Amino acid sequence: MSRFMSMSNALPLARWFGQRHSRTSPLKLLLRNRLAAAGLIVLIAVCILALITPWLPLHHPNQTALGNRLLPPGSDGHLLGTDHLGRDILARILWGTRVSLSVGISATLVAASVGSLLGILAGYFGRHVDNILMRGIDMVMAFPYILLALAIVAVLGPGLLNALYAIAIVNIPFFARNVRGVTVTLRNREFVDAALLSGKGHARILLTEILPNVLPVIVITMSTTVGWMILETAGLSFLGLGAQPPQADLGSMLGEGRRLISTAPHVATIPGLMIFLLVMSINLLGDGVRDALDPRLKAGALRRPAARTRTAPAARQQPKGEPKGLLEVDSLRTEFHLDGQVHQAVNGPTFHIEPGECLGIIGESGSGKSVTAMSLLGLVASPPGIIQSGQVNYQRQNLLGVSDPILRGYRGGELAYIFQDPLSTLHPLFTVGDQLVEAIRAHRPLSYRAAWQEAVRRLEEVRMPNAARRAKSYPHQLSGGMRQRVSIAMALANDPQLIIADEPTTALDVTVQAQILKLLNRLREEKQASLMFITHDFGVVKQICHRVAVMYAGEIVEIGPVEEILARPAHPYTKRLIGCVPSVDYEGGRLAEIPGLPPQVSNLPVGCKFADRCDQVTDQCRAAPVELDTLNERHHARCIFAREVSA
Amino acid sequence: MHTQLWRYIGKRLLLMIPVLFGLSIIVFLIMALIPGDPAQAILGAYATPENVARINVQLGLDQPLPMQYVTWLSNILQGDFGRSYAQNRAVLDIISERFGATLILAGTALVLCSLFGLLAGIISASRQYGLADKMITFVVLIGISMPAFWLGLLLIMFFAVDLRWLPASGMYSMWGGDDLPDLLRHLILPASTLAFIATGVIARLTRASMLEVLRQDYIRTARAKGLHERRVIYRHAFKAAMVSVVPVIGIQAGFVLGGAVYVETVFQWPGIGSMLVNAISQRDLLLVQGGVLVVAAAYVVFNLLADVVQFILDPRVTA
Repeated sequence: MSRFMSMSNALPLARWFGQRHSRTSPLKLLLRNRLAAAGLIVLIAVCILALITPWLPLHHPNQTALGNRLLPPGSDGHLLGTDHLGRDILARILWGTRVSLSVGISATLVAASVGSLLGILAGYFGRHVDNILMRGIDMVMAFPYILLALAIVAVLGPGLLNALYAIAIVNIPFFARNVRGVTVTLRNREFVDAALLSGKGHARILLTEILPNVLPVIVITMSTTVGWMILETAGLSFLGLGAQPPQADLGSMLGEGRRLISTAPHVATIPGLMIFLLVMSINLLGDGVRDALDPRLKAGALRRPAARTRTAPAARQQPKGEPKGLLEVDSLRTEFHLDGQVHQAVNGPTFHIEPGECLGIIGESGSGKSVTAMSLLGLVASPPGIIQSGQVNYQRQNLLGVSDPILRGYRGGELAYIFQDPLSTLHPLFTVGDQLVEAIRAHRPLSYRAAWQEAVRRLEEVRMPNAARRAKSYPHQLSGGMRQRVSIAMALANDPQLIIADEPTTALDVTVQAQILKLLNRLREEKQASLMFITHDFGVVKQICHRVAVMYAGEIVEIGPVEEILARPAHPYTKRLIGCVPSVDYEGGRLAEIPGLPPQVSNLPVGCKFADRCDQVTDQCRAAPVELDTLNERHHARCIFAREVSA
Repeated sequence: MHTQLWRYIGKRLLLMIPVLFGLSIIVFLIMALIPGDPAQAILGAYATPENVARINVQLGLDQPLPMQYVTWLSNILQGDFGRSYAQNRAVLDIISERFGATLILAGTALVLCSLFGLLAGIISASRQYGLADKMITFVVLIGISMPAFWLGLLLIMFFAVDLRWLPASGMYSMWGGDDLPDLLRHLILPASTLAFIATGVIARLTRASMLEVLRQDYIRTARAKGLHERRVIYRHAFKAAMVSVVPVIGIQAGFVLGGAVYVETVFQWPGIGSMLVNAISQRDLLLVQGGVLVVAAAYVVFNLLADVVQFILDPRVTA
């Protein structure tokens, strides 16, 4: 029954086996998982008991003693009591476990060999072989699987061996599918072609190149199906279609005991408990193995982000005095804690936005500009994100410290976001009108009908052609430009004071980009709203921003009025960024690229963070942190040579 | 929307034909591959040679395999599933008598396991690694590892034998009760048994896909709109998660229909499952064949329903 899981997990696992670079060994991870370790211990104990059963001082499992019928557990000489023929239940359980285990394991081995063979052949030879084999597999899977097993037993006749075959056959598709998937990817790798070119035959390649690489997948599939196979063979025996007397496995013991359920319940419950223990321990172990091997779980990436970014107490203090401008960010520090490493994504930027102003935030990817923007309203995914310190002051409140209801009131109300890729940021299963209505009704007490009209009006405002009809469309039915218009309409739905636009035009083509920029700028002017515009493109900054902050490795390295910075950049990095914009007189020459990569935010240098990529670097730059130098009241730069650079 | 929905249903119905065709081939082949003389197997050990010969001609068993299949299929399409030798009645009559009971049991179990599985999965995901999540994860694991027939026995022991709250077996009381409340009282234990085992898979998958969905960009957008977290989880995340859970509910229908075999046997529920078990031990192969075909077809229909729900949920699926 855990079979479905095994299918969905086989591929990431295969990928993992392909590139094994983990820091902690899977075995350690497995043992750290207490449940899995418990499963392992129980399983080992059961297996050892089953192995040494013939040498234990037990009654004979089939020795009847009618005088001792149905003794309860704890009776003298019969620890677990006796059954309706006076046979010792303890002895029968241990011998039955041997049978159940060996049948389950044999069925797994049969299913694994046949299924893997089919999978490898289908995946390796592809085309007709693949088609015929996999269609056959599909047909088998179109049956409820227990039913197919029953049909097979019906034809072969009841018996333990036939039950084994039946269970093995219905499990073949799971191995075939998983193995085929991995083989297909392997087949397209270069080493297989190399082997073919070197004159190796197909059989040899399958044995020496493919098989070793699919083996892990086979093992994983085995570990996730063996519990089920034990359960199902026991089930067939319970129905009287598996083990036939006098031979007994756990299932048939349970089946015999079931008629005594009201008079001597232990006869049925004890074998059932044993099956349950066995399967449970296998499943615990299997889950543990999967968790230990699945790289996505290891990175903590599958942890669900909370409604709001985690905030350290240091970041929750209320502001002293009047904040500057409409919104003021003060020494914001946001970190990501991943794999025991601390990534300092945002390192204390301080800036403010005036009412009605457009502030550009520019930097390469990874410079911390988006994380800064998302920190303002606690939208950084957490875990792994955490805001360590700093303040975001708006209306005399530190947004990092306000209560959830107050924060929700601001989100999408006075402070609104437009995100980068509108295809992934709009919900795919709701109409755009519905999503707009939701945004409106989250902040205003309108009826659905009134909110719908308002939504259509907002869509018209962003020049959505045919707004009333488009409102009934789903995001995937719209073009990229129209989707971004929807996002903008949604952000503007409640007339915000501040719009935070996170690269809203990056995913669009150039002509649409220009339209959207124009639209944003016009709306900002009409509504007297402030705009915080995040981009990596100085050309865009030049078009719509009043001031710009340049970010590098989570710090602001330069901030000031756009014209002044374009004319006299004071930081070498700013200079380079400006150099990246193709200018009007740019002809055929190479676009200046910035050589090198930004420093890793998990290991930042002490001194100037740009030092490694700067052509004017001196020892002094690396010695100590560089402070933001005030060039004039509005223009600041974080370079010890700022005055010379800008001169 | 409606025309599209009907077009989609029509398309899926057409696509069902090859699947049903495949099912019939597999069932036919299994039956054709019976070791020894099929007519002998169908008639049982004490059949007279005359009867064996008669059956051979009647079933066309003296013809080559493909011809046999054509005869066999055309008979089945005309509703002729043959006669049960053990009961000496038409297979179709026996099946139609029992099919309703299985549908009631499996349908109830499917509804229950979907409800509880989805709920448990959502709670688990929204409190990831919290106490509720750990408890649900553990109970789910118990469900996945528990033999249905054992759970059924435990429930009978507890609720029927010890507490005497609910009947231990059957579908209606021997005396009097022939109404809905009586049916429900009989239904509670078997349906819960079947549902508990199947809930686990749905809960696990719901949890996993909720966690996956909650990391998506559009969830961040929903939060940025200022929506309450409850709405984010129960409306935005849940609807998206459902898209990957619904097909699995369809697959679970197969598990529930198959698991009904055990549960019907334990609770002596007069459905197809218990009929199949009896038919197999009596080697009543035509009855087995008919039962398997009908349940497999029901599974195909359940999957079709899941696909239709999927279509209604996800506008990206095109007709």
